[in-house]
Amino acid sequence: MKYAGLLVMPAGFFLTLAALALFPDPGRRIAFVLCGIAVESMGLVVAVRGHMPPKGASHQ
Amino acid sequence: MIATAPTVPAATMSDAVFALTLALLLLAPMAIAGVTLVNTGLGRSRSAAQAMLGNLALVAVAAIVFTFIGGFFAGLPGSKEAIFSIAGKPWNVLGLGPFLLHGLGGAAPQSQLAVLFEFLAVAMLVQLPWGSGADRWRLAAGYGSAALLAAIVFPLAAHWVWTGGWLAALGENFSVGAGFLDAGGAATVHVLGGLSALAVVWIAGPRRGKFPKEGLSTAMPGHNAIYVLFGCLLALVGWVAWNLAGAIVWIHAPLSALPGTAINTLLSASGALAATFSVTRFRFGKPDASLCANGWLAGLVASSACAAFASPVGSLFVGGVAGVFTPLLVELLELALSVDDPTGAITVHGAAGLWGLIAAGFFAPQTGQLLAQLIGLAALLGFFFPLIYSLFALLNRFVPFRVDPDGERMGMDLHEIGGGAYPEFVIHRDESYR
Repeated sequence: MKYAGLLVMPAGFFLTLAALALFPDPGRRIAFVLCGIAVESMGLVVAVRGHMPPKGASHQ
Repeated sequence: MIATAPTVPAATMSDAVFALTLALLLLAPMAIAGVTLVNTGLGRSRSAAQAMLGNLALVAVAAIVFTFIGGFFAGLPGSKEAIFSIAGKPWNVLGLGPFLLHGLGGAAPQSQLAVLFEFLAVAMLVQLPWGSGADRWRLAAGYGSAALLAAIVFPLAAHWVWTGGWLAALGENFSVGAGFLDAGGAATVHVLGGLSALAVVWIAGPRRGKFPKEGLSTAMPGHNAIYVLFGCLLALVGWVAWNLAGAIVWIHAPLSALPGTAINTLLSASGALAATFSVTRFRFGKPDASLCANGWLAGLVASSACAAFASPVGSLFVGGVAGVFTPLLVELLELALSVDDPTGAITVHGAAGLWGLIAAGFFAPQTGQLLAQLIGLAALLGFFFPLIYSLFALLNRFVPFRVDPDGERMGMDLHEIGGGAYPEFVIHRDESYR
């Protein structure tokens, strides 16, 4: 889970880069950049959940 | 395809502006001293000497590694660069500056100041995760992380954002605002520092006894509120100097814009402190000193991105928002997400830095600036965070981040450096937190 989230985050970044390279008009660019950030946010959420200790677990 | 050529000529600068900027950069280390005190004061007394030594040693490691490796890849304004051409557009991804900063003395004044700024920035960057790993992060692992940040992560970010990289050139090459704007290091120092802190906290795990099997997390308050609050005052001096110098060096602000930038820095911190004071007073019945310190620093961090553009009322608003979410996010991270971050760097530097960068998009006069800021934010989250985590996870394989249980029980001072910070005082044991 923790690594899956971290792998998803660069996918959002590449979506942002694609928006810059492919779309000259600002409307589509903004939509793609926002989608990219949304994908990164989802990846971060997955990574956060993956790093949470299981219930009942304790460090030492 | 890779081409190497200088794309951004070094700007010229009058002697008076050079002298002023140099003087400002000589005051900027006050911010580093302030963060050192905050990092130490928010940790436990039995780890105070190790924390202070670590802050100092990490700065040294970062400076040495940046000289040998990082400075080359960060590049200088006017030096060679590695440029990829994709879809007919140039993507300037890497600086190819002089090796070992050779010829720096003969470089343009602007370039020399840029290098000095980068040295200070990398020094502060490596300190930020150190505070979050307090009481369990080993010195050797801290040195390793500082070396990785100074050799790979910071140079890439500094080149992309400051020295003519593709983010700085978004306006020129893609007609997106004036390019990604970050005059005071909100992205290159604070957001990267906050993300590094999150990576360290995840890899090292929480302090022993922080999240017991039953009940809520254990409160482990900082051992010296005076260090923390005095550190905040020192940080104000350094931050004002830092923001003014950044405005001159990176966005070529005129001298007439500097008093406003200084006032905005102060207002942002003040708004943040007032907001955090009110929120903690409302939630806990009394204001919380360490959270108020966090709020003050969050206001300063947010100002790093937008103090040069915002109005005074706008700066108060930016700081106020940072001051409201800081105590709430610190609580959310600890209680809901089991993230043990003793100094709150993830919130104070990471989240407040991101907020400041977005706010700069609203306040900057150029049209389309918000999109440029969002693209920069996407790079920070989608490229730099996975990079930092991967590098730290790899480092953890060879140099374990976490001290062994005996060392943590004994305290980092005795375990790592063989002597305590306060030998004449009784050091609290874990049981005293129960």
